[in-house]
Amino acid sequence: MSAILDSETKKVLTKPLVENNPITLQVLGICSALAVTSQMSTSLIMAIALTSVTACSSAAISAIRNHIPGSIRIIVQMIIIASLVIVVDQILKAFAYEISKQLSVFVGLIITNCIVMGRAEAYAMKNPPLASFMDGIGNGLGYSLILVIVAFFRETLGSGKLLGIDVFHLAKDGGWYVPNGLMLLPPSAFFIIGLIIWTFRQLKPEQVEHQDFKIMDIAHGEGGHH
Amino acid sequence: MLNEIKKSEQYQKFIVYRDKILALNNDSLEKTIAIALSLCLVCAVLVSMAAVALKPLQIDNKAFDMKKNILDVAGLLEADTDVNQAFAEKIEPKLVDIETGDYVESMDVEAYDQRKAAKDPAQSIVIPVEKDIAHIRVKAKIAKVYLVKKGDAIQSIILPVNGYGLWSTLYGFLALAADGQTVQSINFYDQAETPGLGGEVVNPNWRALWNGKKVYSESGEPVLTLIKGVVDTNKAGSEYQVDGLAGATLTSVGVSNLVKYWMSNEGFAPYLNKIRTAEKG
Repeated sequence: MSAILDSETKKVLTKPLVENNPITLQVLGICSALAVTSQMSTSLIMAIALTSVTACSSAAISAIRNHIPGSIRIIVQMIIIASLVIVVDQILKAFAYEISKQLSVFVGLIITNCIVMGRAEAYAMKNPPLASFMDGIGNGLGYSLILVIVAFFRETLGSGKLLGIDVFHLAKDGGWYVPNGLMLLPPSAFFIIGLIIWTFRQLKPEQVEHQDFKIMDIAHGEGGHH
Repeated sequence: MLNEIKKSEQYQKFIVYRDKILALNNDSLEKTIAIALSLCLVCAVLVSMAAVALKPLQIDNKAFDMKKNILDVAGLLEADTDVNQAFAEKIEPKLVDIETGDYVESMDVEAYDQRKAAKDPAQSIVIPVEKDIAHIRVKAKIAKVYLVKKGDAIQSIILPVNGYGLWSTLYGFLALAADGQTVQSINFYDQAETPGLGGEVVNPNWRALWNGKKVYSESGEPVLTLIKGVVDTNKAGSEYQVDGLAGATLTSVGVSNLVKYWMSNEGFAPYLNKIRTAEKG
C-alpha cells in the first residue's frame, strides 16, 4: 500500500514539472508570470506564496470534498483560497515588507490564479487530502520552475544582476554590458515563456496540441456563392 | 479542560447535531446553508487571527519604511545607513497649519498621522471641486513636514504631497531647498500606477531629473510641470519643466497637478512664504 502511495506521490510531485507543467502545457497563470518575473527575488517569493496556497487550499478542499454542496461548490473553493491568500499576504507584509510592496496586487491576485482553482476542481475534489496537498506542491513547483527560468533571463539581461548582485558589469558603471530594457517590460516574459514552451515541445513532441480544424485549400473551399 | 468540554452536555448535543447535518444529502437546503455558514465562520476566524497577530509587525514595518523614504528624499540614505538612528539625528518632524503656514506646537508630532487626519471630518477640510486639481477631495488641516538642518540653517524642507494619477492616489514627499523654490528630490512611497509605465514615478533615473528644478515663476505662481517628451535644457523656462513619463500621460498629468496644488496657496505656499521671510530676517 505504501509503495503505491509513494509512486502516486512521486507522480503528482514530478509530473507538473515538465510533462504537465501548468504554465507551458496548460498555459495557466500567465498573468502573474508576466508581472512578477522582472526580478528573481520577487519571483521566488511569488513562487513560494503560490505553492503554499495551492497546496493548503487543495488539502483543505479535499478534506471537506464529500460534504461540499454542488450548488455552491465554486464559492466554497473560492472562500478557502481567498482566506489563505489573505493570510499569506498578511504574513508577507509582516516579514517581507519590501518584497510585498513590490509584488503589490499580485499576491492578492493569487485568488484568481487559474492554477489554484484548476487544481481544486481537477484534483482535490476527487482525491484524499494528503495526495491533494502533494499535487498542490507539485503544480506550485511547476509554476515556480518557469518563474525562476524567466526571472533568471529577465534580471540578468535586463539589469545585469541576479538577486541584486552584479553579474554583468554595466556600461554606465564603466563595464561592457548595456542592459536590454525590453527585458524589464512584461512583453519579454511572453517571448521567454514562448521559447520555453517551444523547447519543451521539441523535447516532448506529444505535448504539441492537435489542430482544432484544418484550413481548407481555397480551390476546394466553399466558394461559388456570390 | 478539553475532557471537561467533551463531557459537557452542550458538546454532546453539538456532536449529535453535527452528525445529523453531515448525514444530510449534500444538495439539501439545510446542508448547503450549514456548510456555507460554518465555512465562513472558520475562514473569518483564520483571517482575523492572522491580521490581528501580525498587525504590530506590520505597523513597525510601515513606520520603518516611512523613515527610509524621508531619508531617501532628503538625500541622506546610503546603503549602510542605520535608518532609525539617522532619522532621529538628522530629521526634525514639524506640524504645520496648512491654511496659515504657522507651526503647531500644541500637538504631539510623533503621534500625528496626516493621512489618518485627512479621513477624519473633524481634522480635515473638504476641498471645493473647482480648486481640487489634484483630485483628493479632502486634506488634513495640519500637515506633517520634515526639516533637515545644519546647525540652525535649514537644508531641506520635506513636504508631504498626494494626488490622483491614473489608477491610484499617489502619496509622496517633495524636498525643497531652504529657498522654498528649488527642488531637491521627489519620491512616491505609495502608488499603484501601471508597473513599467506610470509606476516609473519611483524610477531613480527619472526622480533625479527633478533635482534643481524651480517651483515658482517670477510672479510667484507654481508653474513646475511635466511635459510630453524630453525637456530641452537650452530653452528658456526649462527649469520649470520635467520630462513626462513615457507612455503614462495621465500619471504625468496627475503628478503635475499634485505639485501645482500642494505648492499653491491651497497647499504649502503660505508656509513656504513664512520660511523665506524667517530665513531672510
